[in-house]
Amino acid sequence: MSSAADAPRLVSAPGPLPASLQFNEEGRLRHLLSIEGLSRELITEILDTAESFASMNAQSVKKVPLLRGKTVVNLFFEASTRTRTTFELAAKRLSADVLNINISASATVKGESLLDTLRNLEAMYVDMFVVRHEASGAAHFIARHVAPHVSVLNAGDGRHAHPTQALLDMFTIRRHKGDFGALRVAIVGDILHSRVARSQIHALNILNTGEIRVIAPQSLLPAHVESLGVHVYNDIRAGLRDVDVVIMLRLQRERMEAGLLPSEHEFFQLYGLTQERLALAKPKCLVMHPGPANRGVEIDSRVADGPQSVILEQVTYGIAVRMAVMSMIMGGSVNP
Amino acid sequence: MTEESLTDDLQTVLNRMAETLKQRLSARGTPDPVMIGIHTGGVWVAEALHRRLGLSQPLGKLDISFYRDDFSRIGMHPQVKPSSLPFGVDDRHIVLVDDVLYTGRTIRAALNEIFDYGRPASVTLAVLVERDGRELPIEAQVAGQHLSLRPDQQVKLRGPDPLRLEVASIKEQP
Repeated sequence: MSSAADAPRLVSAPGPLPASLQFNEEGRLRHLLSIEGLSRELITEILDTAESFASMNAQSVKKVPLLRGKTVVNLFFEASTRTRTTFELAAKRLSADVLNINISASATVKGESLLDTLRNLEAMYVDMFVVRHEASGAAHFIARHVAPHVSVLNAGDGRHAHPTQALLDMFTIRRHKGDFGALRVAIVGDILHSRVARSQIHALNILNTGEIRVIAPQSLLPAHVESLGVHVYNDIRAGLRDVDVVIMLRLQRERMEAGLLPSEHEFFQLYGLTQERLALAKPKCLVMHPGPANRGVEIDSRVADGPQSVILEQVTYGIAVRMAVMSMIMGGSVNP
Repeated sequence: MTEESLTDDLQTVLNRMAETLKQRLSARGTPDPVMIGIHTGGVWVAEALHRRLGLSQPLGKLDISFYRDDFSRIGMHPQVKPSSLPFGVDDRHIVLVDDVLYTGRTIRAALNEIFDYGRPASVTLAVLVERDGRELPIEAQVAGQHLSLRPDQQVKLRGPDPLRLEVASIKEQP
């Protein structure tokens, strides 16, 4: 059913994308499109800045004036509630004005009309596009074509990247576990369709994580996944042994072609996270999920709501991390 | 200003500031206020004053990066630290502490941030050094010392142990 095939004019293939596109001449972050190309120092700086925004929850006025007078456009070509809402809240807590534009991902959305949409919005003097699109590379495409005063933030493009999700996951792990060098992190489930997993693996590698494991049936793993620097497990019991963090992925039924999986019931039997399987991991192993969780498909409700779950914390931290990225991208746009 | 004011023993200056502050606070009938230092130098000065005054509440720390008025020109300060005010500010008497008072813009930002936490009863400003060059109607109630510097000179507090003031020409900065 791959609907990405309906919009091939955007990009021929995600492939290696120019990392330099993310930075301006002074080396400052101008767009955030993918985790690839970010240095360990920059990721640490983003997480440190997010730490300060997280402390803002103690204020009675939970708002800072950093982006006053700026306009952020949430340009969503693909349905999303949590991501759009947290981006909207992040922008509003930075005092920006927010415009939400949902463009249904129909076959009429072609390259030309996308550029038209961009030109029209640019003519309204907006400052940032937060883009979600079903086609891999869509955010890069937009970044390559926007006016010089506009920044682009990738909120998920096809199977390619979801950098702010990976950053908020790193923030959550760092808050609970500290140093990444000593950690064993397992990512479980539909790696093949997951832009979240791809961004997480890059971020975990850049932060020098001790060991990264992916646990999935062969049919839900990308070819040559080992080249990303991960250890592959097809058996969840072996894969969960002694891990410090387990990240469950959503089974992306809407992106799935027939035949990849026998049934959801069988997936849960083989790969679902249950209490009994979680017990194989380290005693204080964190349970994470980017949401929305399919209860009873990839994760048992008792685990999702259990004491080791930090799924709702991820949502809370998502706002602080997005505030950090937005303010770093937008600051200093005028040369001193 | 003469050279020796620069070499004034900072401990003596801090003792004098603490004494002045103490008299001022008891004259106002607010002997036990809460104290807030502005990152980074202001926190060091505040720690020293907090000890000398023996205040009962823990010290608050403010990073004003999110409230700076030059953000859109120079961007985010690379080492922003979390603000922590371990007390409610509503109806409290606050002593706000910074290392150097120059243009007044940092204090403007700090006041805005404090007011996002609540509505204090009063704010008293104490600084280790005041120099000429105010761009806003803001003055310190307690100042450790006054320095007359040229606009191309910069005074910076180094620390935390030991605390020492450094005057440099801006051109010499890397």
